[in-house]
Amino acid sequence: MGYFGGFAVTFRQHGPKKRVTTQYSGGRLFRRKKRSAKKMDVKIEKPERLHGRHVLNRYEDGMEKCIGCELCAAVCPAKCIHVRGADNDPLNPTSPGERFGWIYEINYLRCIHCDLCVEACPTEAITDTKLFEFSFTNRQDAIYTKDDLVVDSNGKPKQLAWEDWREGEDQDTSGWMRATAASGDANFAGVVSWSGELGYGVRPAEKKSE
Amino acid sequence: MIALDSLFFENLLWTPLLIVLAKVLVVFVIGLLATLLMVWFERKAIAGMQNRVGPNKTGPFGILQTLADGIKLFFKEDLFPTRADRFVFVVAPFLSFVPAFLSFAIIPLGGDFRDGNSGEVTIFGQVTRIQLADPPIGVLFALAISSIAVYGIMLAGWSSGSKYPLLGSVRASAQMVSYEAALGLSLACVLLLAGTLSTSGIVAAQSTITDWHFVSTGLVPFFIFLIAATAELNRPPFDLVEAEQELVGGFNTEYSSIRFALFYLAEFMNTVTMSGLIVTLFFGGPQPIAFGDFVFDIPMLPNALEGSVWLLAKILVFLYLYVWFRATLPRLRYDQLMDWGWKLLIPASLGWFMLLAAQQLGRRNDWNIFLVTGACIAVLVICYLLLQAAFSRSSSQRERQGTMF
Repeated sequence: MGYFGGFAVTFRQHGPKKRVTTQYSGGRLFRRKKRSAKKMDVKIEKPERLHGRHVLNRYEDGMEKCIGCELCAAVCPAKCIHVRGADNDPLNPTSPGERFGWIYEINYLRCIHCDLCVEACPTEAITDTKLFEFSFTNRQDAIYTKDDLVVDSNGKPKQLAWEDWREGEDQDTSGWMRATAASGDANFAGVVSWSGELGYGVRPAEKKSE
Repeated sequence: MIALDSLFFENLLWTPLLIVLAKVLVVFVIGLLATLLMVWFERKAIAGMQNRVGPNKTGPFGILQTLADGIKLFFKEDLFPTRADRFVFVVAPFLSFVPAFLSFAIIPLGGDFRDGNSGEVTIFGQVTRIQLADPPIGVLFALAISSIAVYGIMLAGWSSGSKYPLLGSVRASAQMVSYEAALGLSLACVLLLAGTLSTSGIVAAQSTITDWHFVSTGLVPFFIFLIAATAELNRPPFDLVEAEQELVGGFNTEYSSIRFALFYLAEFMNTVTMSGLIVTLFFGGPQPIAFGDFVFDIPMLPNALEGSVWLLAKILVFLYLYVWFRATLPRLRYDQLMDWGWKLLIPASLGWFMLLAAQQLGRRNDWNIFLVTGACIAVLVICYLLLQAAFSRSSSQRERQGTMF
């Protein structure tokens, strides 16, 4: 066919079968509960170690893990984390030990999701969710305060009005940490030094992805 | 008595005036709508060919995407480069936008041309055509207008006061002037057979498939016309005028907002118009597909309207073809473009025109048609050999001089 073979190649691409595109409307159809949402508003399977928005974890007894050490703020290359620690009330402590994170703010207009904060954290307090669809519409909403970040009494992250979540997406809030921490290495299977999390207990080192 | 238009003399009638006004309005709206849909169609079709989905958010199947883009462009900031020639800069988009719509006026948009009918319809007691204007110079008007459109692009690049637009416009003028010749010569073949310049006359001359000039001129003029038209439209693979990789955005780099939208609109309008022209000249315009006595007739539809349906169907084929070109063919290098134009298309169309003219003359004077054709082919072969000799001589000379090409 020579020159004209190319025409056949382009023509053959027609038809819906060959599309690899996942139709996604940004959650609009899903929120409006349209029937076409099933087809047009699908999220693709996200990678195990996706760097999404952060959460602040709790221990199994409900104590906050953050001790207000500010290592995350120090290591942050985008300088998007603002932490101030304060002394625990001895009678009613927020976290085990002397100090707790009194102010904790992350500015998501600055955050580059490098996850150095997760690596720096000595108590595994800050970890990642796989949630990345949070299109806030003003600068105030961009700053996630401690209220927004700390997991609730079931160990699940708190959903804000502008975040697009689907069923089960609030699970697995610390996948990447598990993958990179020494205690999360596959060679360390069974000798996990991971501390227990509220709602999850002590989780296995890394969820095996088939 | 001086033969004045009856419209303005003695029996002044409102109906013809109103009909003309209505036709102007309708053709303009059709033009705008066609452009909107063409942009959408192109994006959707090329997405199909490139394994993508294409616009699908605005309206059903994303059909309102162009409208959304247009609204966006309206509200964008209108920039003037400091070194721009303000007046020419403002005028240039209109110079390319207006001709695009003007040449659409002479395309027969419908009408009953079968069985020797002239394609005239009667509206409110007035005999008229489904066509904005049917001037006796018909096709020449289209050619003239399409060469005016070159000014729009040329002046746009020149007045921008910037180097890449200037380069783009220099390319545009060279390319469009050289392909205009091939376009005109292949068109002459059609005119030779039709014996008229008026577009409705050309359509009337193509009642069956064998009468379609695509067949009766022997395919070659059609292909030359198609290629030259693609070059004339600055569409891929001849879009050197706006070669993104080389010239940023080409002649319209410095344009923004509604001025850019006008260029964009003109480009797609030209594509629609040119497809319409190709269909009118080579594929019988509003004529139905007919072999001998057999006619594909769409039932339940008056013949005049059926013409519009056929025209639309045929135009769609060519619009798709242009998109297909764009998806398939890589852009030509500039010297290849010039070689194609001057060394292949112009000599070929000239030779073919001579052949057809000789046959026509032979038929009229009852000469032996085979002898005439044979003689013509012999002459063409000699011309071809001479041309090749000239090419090889010039290239060897250039090599001796050691220029960089």
